Amino acid sequence: MAKTKNDLLPSEGGFGNEPLLAVDNLHVEFHTRAGVVKAVNGVSYSLSAGETLAVLGESGSGKSVTAQAIMGILDMPPAVIPKGEVRFRGTDLLRLSEDARTQVRGQRIAMIFQDALSSLNPVFTVGWQISEMFRVHRGMSKRDAMKKAVELMERVRIPAAKQRVNDYPHQFSGGMRQRIMIAMAIALDPEVLIADEPTTALDVTVQAQIMELLADLQRESNMGLILITHDLGVVADVADKIAVMYGGRIVENAPVHDIYKAPAHPYTKGLLESIPRVDLKGQELYAIKGLPPNLLDMPSGCAFNPRCPYRQDNCVTDVPPLHEISGVRSSACHYWREVLDGS
Amino acid sequence: MAAEVILEVRDLVKHFPLTTGIVFKKQIGAIKAVDGVSFDLHKGETLGIVGESGCGKSTLAKVLMALERPTSGSVKIKGREIAHARGGELKAMRRNIQMVMQDPYTSLNPRMTVGDIIGEPYDIHTEVAPKGDRRKRVQELLELVGLNPDHINRYPHQFSGGQRQRIGIARGLALQPEIIVCDEPVSALDVSIQAQVINLLEKLQNELGLAYIFIAHDLSVVRHISDRVGVMYLGKMVELGKDVEIYDKPAHPYTQALLSAVPVPDPEGREQRERIILQGDPPSPANPPSGCRFRTRCWKAQEICAEQEPLLQIRPGTAHESACHFAETHDVVHVN
Amino acid sequence: MSSSVASPPQSGGRHQKKQNDKPASLWSDAWYDLRRKPAFVISAILIGVLLLMAIWPTLFSSVDPRACDLSVARQAPSAGHLFGRDNLGCDVYSRTIHAARNSIVIGVLTTVLVAVIGGLLGMVAAFYASMTDTVLSRLTEIFFAIPGILGALLIASTFRDQINSILLVIVSLTVLSWPMTFRIMRAAVITAKNQDFVVAARALGAGPSRLMFRHLLPNALAPVIVVSTINLGVFIAAEAALSFLGVGVQSPDISWGLMISDARDRFLDAPLPLIFPAVFLSITVLAFIMLGDAVRDALDPKLR
Repeated sequence: MAKTKNDLLPSEGGFGNEPLLAVDNLHVEFHTRAGVVKAVNGVSYSLSAGETLAVLGESGSGKSVTAQAIMGILDMPPAVIPKGEVRFRGTDLLRLSEDARTQVRGQRIAMIFQDALSSLNPVFTVGWQISEMFRVHRGMSKRDAMKKAVELMERVRIPAAKQRVNDYPHQFSGGMRQRIMIAMAIALDPEVLIADEPTTALDVTVQAQIMELLADLQRESNMGLILITHDLGVVADVADKIAVMYGGRIVENAPVHDIYKAPAHPYTKGLLESIPRVDLKGQELYAIKGLPPNLLDMPSGCAFNPRCPYRQDNCVTDVPPLHEISGVRSSACHYWREVLDGS
Repeated sequence: MAAEVILEVRDLVKHFPLTTGIVFKKQIGAIKAVDGVSFDLHKGETLGIVGESGCGKSTLAKVLMALERPTSGSVKIKGREIAHARGGELKAMRRNIQMVMQDPYTSLNPRMTVGDIIGEPYDIHTEVAPKGDRRKRVQELLELVGLNPDHINRYPHQFSGGQRQRIGIARGLALQPEIIVCDEPVSALDVSIQAQVINLLEKLQNELGLAYIFIAHDLSVVRHISDRVGVMYLGKMVELGKDVEIYDKPAHPYTQALLSAVPVPDPEGREQRERIILQGDPPSPANPPSGCRFRTRCWKAQEICAEQEPLLQIRPGTAHESACHFAETHDVVHVN
Repeated sequence: MSSSVASPPQSGGRHQKKQNDKPASLWSDAWYDLRRKPAFVISAILIGVLLLMAIWPTLFSSVDPRACDLSVARQAPSAGHLFGRDNLGCDVYSRTIHAARNSIVIGVLTTVLVAVIGGLLGMVAAFYASMTDTVLSRLTEIFFAIPGILGALLIASTFRDQINSILLVIVSLTVLSWPMTFRIMRAAVITAKNQDFVVAARALGAGPSRLMFRHLLPNALAPVIVVSTINLGVFIAAEAALSFLGVGVQSPDISWGLMISDARDRFLDAPLPLIFPAVFLSITVLAFIMLGDAVRDALDPKLR
């Protein structure tokens, strides 16, 4: 090859209309003893700088696996990516060498997880763990890196950062640990931050603090934020656009206001009708019948068809493509018009 | 409410001693998990208990279930004290109060079949075991909670989370209790499955006249299912009232902060919505603040809050009980 | 490779579903894994042969192990006497085969006793906690402080005239080994005890025996089974050591340790009477330890 590794790294410049991050027709399979688990089946979404994309889905929908494929932290094997691209500033990350990938991971695309306690090493101080980012990736001295760690802890609003920098993870509360995780993630000024259920394990008042912090950080640095969650409330609060996933596929793509006003996929519609609300007292909840699909044995046609009130014969035979509704909206339902009309 | 009171809780206190030493233990303090809680539960009603982790709501559930002995105070089921009952008397009283647990993956013994799990209450309480065909009774219970009665010989791992939660509910119903304590019964489930389980709980309440203590951190779910709601903070009940009173006219600053932090699944007006972001974390229950326990995070705190503990009582200008010297109703969940 | 691959590394607990799709239990899962492990298959075959040897030694050898003739002592191997003859002119092959029974009886009985005593005490200590646990745990620490083989030597030599020698070996090994099983069972029960299904059973009013035998024991048994399998090999080796030191199995009973001990004086001019029992002993111990390893891997996927 004529090109060196560095030439393959995504450059700072724009690539025409190419968004910051684009996932294109991504497939991920897990080869297990019980068979092939098709976790992700042709997912596409894109993210621009400063934008918040919410990926909404239940367990097994493939939302976390997609994120792990973007980060390149899937265990392969058993995971296999048979098809698809993950383009970051125009460069397909899946084709990069492991060395080049490491240059992107954590530095330009960072990720935070649901469980902050198990993501932090219990035997090192938080200051050491945050400053490690600077020592390893920026070659800073111990003293300078530690100074940066204190600055970062202040930036994520950990009170008395200077005094607490030498504390161990177990000495912090759940919310504070999540702040430490965020500090580590934003340490190297990433352009994309993936937050996988960042507040699921936290109390609601702490959740509000963390979501506010994430929004502020995003505003300051113009990061693109991918928020992976199952919580329709959190999504409504912070997202610009939403990708709803079901059975390893995107079933609906839309700006946040449109989707809550008039969903265009029966699954989205069912979800919205099935959640109780704090501001309204409802009657009986609408419940989507049945169970999420078994990824080892997906229903034929549309994965949602066994649970769908709009089902017709062709839903069992034909996989619905992502129909474009408008320039910014699409729905993977043969009958999106009926769903949209609310009939 | 005219209905009969079936559960009466008065000044309930549960402290967990903090000790040092291996053989000769010395008490050096106590975690005040529940610290003086009182309420009534009426027949057929749902009392929601909300609060954040560490507020003592799960300990409260354990004390109500007589899984933990209270440090002081009383829990009466239909006028009979359960908190100090022992042996056969306690066992008999358990028939009237059962629980549904949070995690459907750990609350069922993986080595037992569904039939054995749901039938176990009859092995323990042989006096109420159905005469003759027990298997049929277990199958009826399976059907009642919406499961296929033919699956009686399957093991828990062959079911999904929502189905397992139904098995847990069926086990709780086997002895035909009048009270069921639900400790976060839907928080481990997927969104689309939560609604199924909530609807099932409501259906069973209507059909069997059950009374629920519904403990959860999800305020939306609690609002949906509850007739009355109690809000807990650091071992104390800070506000108690009908659901509309608590949700539309909260009087305690903590309740207001809690409600304002709940994300509403509607982006309309999200920029205008009032949000009270509390600073810091709750203090440790081993060493709670003097006076009002919320005062360290409260924007209304004055000197009196540190000196005098506010009692849970009806305050001027409100129609329900709250424990704040400066209680004042303020709607935070509806956009004006 | 492993059974847990169906679940990719996840950030939380909301993804257990995929694992639970396959209708398999811990034991059938373990069995599936075991059948595919060469270590398991080889050790199982070896153990099968050894068991056969212990039950019907005459299948393997028609020569009487006690028919000795001093005039042919240390005779080299021949067609009728494959391994040759020992210092007293007994057939080494026949004695090696017949010794399997004592070794395996001692190994199995000690293992069972250790598992039952250590397991029961461990379960009781973990279940009742507080004072019971403190007393039992301190007691095990006292036993841990006694150096293993030295302690057994002490017990065996003190009581050697009162009790049958095989029984004595079993008793002395059991007395010194139960604390290990105690600790393992105690830890497993403490883990199981905090699980919700045990709390649920208590809320139903289940009594101590139901909680222990219906709920805790079946969920805490796996690590004890693993360690017992490994222990079996260790006990057989320990028996040989005790017999070698002269406080174990006594003549006219036969054991590998005893044979090694008898042959050591003339090892330089007649090595075979020592080498054959030593090889059988090593293979037996190895087979059980290999089996234990395989079982542990199968029962505890986290260790992989």
